[in-house]
Amino acid sequence: MDNLKAVSFELRKDVVNMIYKAKTGHMGGDFSVMDILVTLYYKHMNITPATANDPKRDRFILSKGHSVEALYSVLAGRGFFPKTDLETYSQFQSKYIGHPNNKVNGIEMNSGSLGHGLSVSVGMALAGKMDQSSYRVYTVMGDGELAEGSVWEGAMAAGHYKLDNLTAVVDRNRLQISGTTEEVMAQDDQDQRWSSFGWNVIHAKGNDMDSLDQAFQTAKETKGRPTVIIADTTKGYGVSFMENKAGWHHRIPNQEEYEQALAELEQRRVAAYE
Amino acid sequence: MNKIPNRQAICDVLVEKANTDNDIVVLCSDSRGSASLADFVTAHPDQFIETGIAEQNIVSIAAGLAKCGKKPYVASPACFLSTRSMEQAKVDVAYSNTNVKLIGISGGISYGALGMTHHSSTDIATMGSIPNMRVYIPSDRLQTKKLFKCLLEDEKPAYIRVGRNPVEDLYKEENIEFELDRATLVHEGNDLTIVACGELVSAANNAAIELEKQGVYARVLDMYCVKPIDRLAIEKAAKETKGIITIEEHTYIGGLGAMVSQIVANTAPKKVINLALPDSPVVTGVSKEVFDYYGLNKEGIVKAAMELINDVR
Repeated sequence: MDNLKAVSFELRKDVVNMIYKAKTGHMGGDFSVMDILVTLYYKHMNITPATANDPKRDRFILSKGHSVEALYSVLAGRGFFPKTDLETYSQFQSKYIGHPNNKVNGIEMNSGSLGHGLSVSVGMALAGKMDQSSYRVYTVMGDGELAEGSVWEGAMAAGHYKLDNLTAVVDRNRLQISGTTEEVMAQDDQDQRWSSFGWNVIHAKGNDMDSLDQAFQTAKETKGRPTVIIADTTKGYGVSFMENKAGWHHRIPNQEEYEQALAELEQRRVAAYE
Repeated sequence: MNKIPNRQAICDVLVEKANTDNDIVVLCSDSRGSASLADFVTAHPDQFIETGIAEQNIVSIAAGLAKCGKKPYVASPACFLSTRSMEQAKVDVAYSNTNVKLIGISGGISYGALGMTHHSSTDIATMGSIPNMRVYIPSDRLQTKKLFKCLLEDEKPAYIRVGRNPVEDLYKEENIEFELDRATLVHEGNDLTIVACGELVSAANNAAIELEKQGVYARVLDMYCVKPIDRLAIEKAAKETKGIITIEEHTYIGGLGAMVSQIVANTAPKKVINLALPDSPVVTGVSKEVFDYYGLNKEGIVKAAMELINDVR
């Protein structure tokens, strides 16, 4: 088993390179969600490049599609496409665009408009139940995304149909473009909201692999209802000057910041082995 | 007079095909009754999904099902399906290229006195403007059946609008001329062309019969395939006849008439008259009353045809 913490810092460096070169991207959310994606793709999800089209594969939908750079780096890390493809990110005629594109190997659905992923996942989970297939469906939403009404249509349907093959994760980094989620549209009563829709609610430390690992395991073992993992994360996690700064939602580092970010991530990667 | 509405014809095809295809899934948003899908629910309860009154959700769920190998048919009132869930149709269906068929029931102004909330007189414009979304408005029940048998064979997104009321049969049970994405020639003529879709093809055909008595020979094209429109048939009509009349149960903005006019203007300029609903909430009434009020009937077409003929003489 790889040292997943080290992997996640290494993949963050890919994200920094992608965004610095393209001068576009959403680094803050990439870094908050990275450990969730690594835990799923390197440990919990039953999918590899060889089984990317297997009907029994686990499904993943990145509902907070703007964190696609994190997903690209994870998929490249797992061998769904060559890592050199990342250099074309956002370049002219590239399929590696700024939101998930299902022309990219390993990506199921196009997303980018918030509030769609949960309902799509409900459809996938319903299909699994109809076919009595054992695959699981995962989706990750942002906490700001929860203001979209369609999220709650999906939540209602998942509860109604008791979709225990569905796990939703909320990347609870508490920041969105305009400021804190509590200032913009309060989200602190998540537990009551999800449980009132019939969901099993688990809290996890979203930048802690062990905590995430345990949460996904509990979700797998939960029968008769879907599970939501409220993953408390830090926006910009891994780079000191980006952490908890709303501005880093989509800011592009200058050369000095770029070099410092790479240096810090390398330090954190090495430290992960200690 | 035929008593079977097009929605019932759709249900019949789906029930029959689902006997041998477990992947067909029908979804309703508390609309199984108005969609005439009760027979499907009885025959194939395990292939039916109810989402409640949640049009955004129903479209995304269908996309998820399709991505897992199902063949979802979403039946929901056209008014809500074509605008409230337009973004889900754009992102999860058209952009993601999922095999979802969106069936807008009680389309156009079928709901009559229920008002503009329940009218879908902009659905060609909304759904048709989405890249990779096809738009079909079949005329009679026989053509509707043919269309659905074809759609069941392909894996691409489509929006299909049907009205609420039974439509007079245009075709004959034993000999239904149909080719996917090709306009059907309903009436031959080389003086002018009438391009119609949906319920109004019947009015166009009746107008052509009336015009013939006055020595005017109108070609009638059933353009059930609004998108991809049969461009060749339109270009041919523009070249071979003196002008074109379009008629549709839709506003004149972004509908069949607009699409036909664009093609004619680009490739074979001729006079085109668009008969359509106005850019305002329509007058209260049942379909026939509303159509008569706006001249979307045999008389309106004949009048426009005579104007057109006199104009180009």
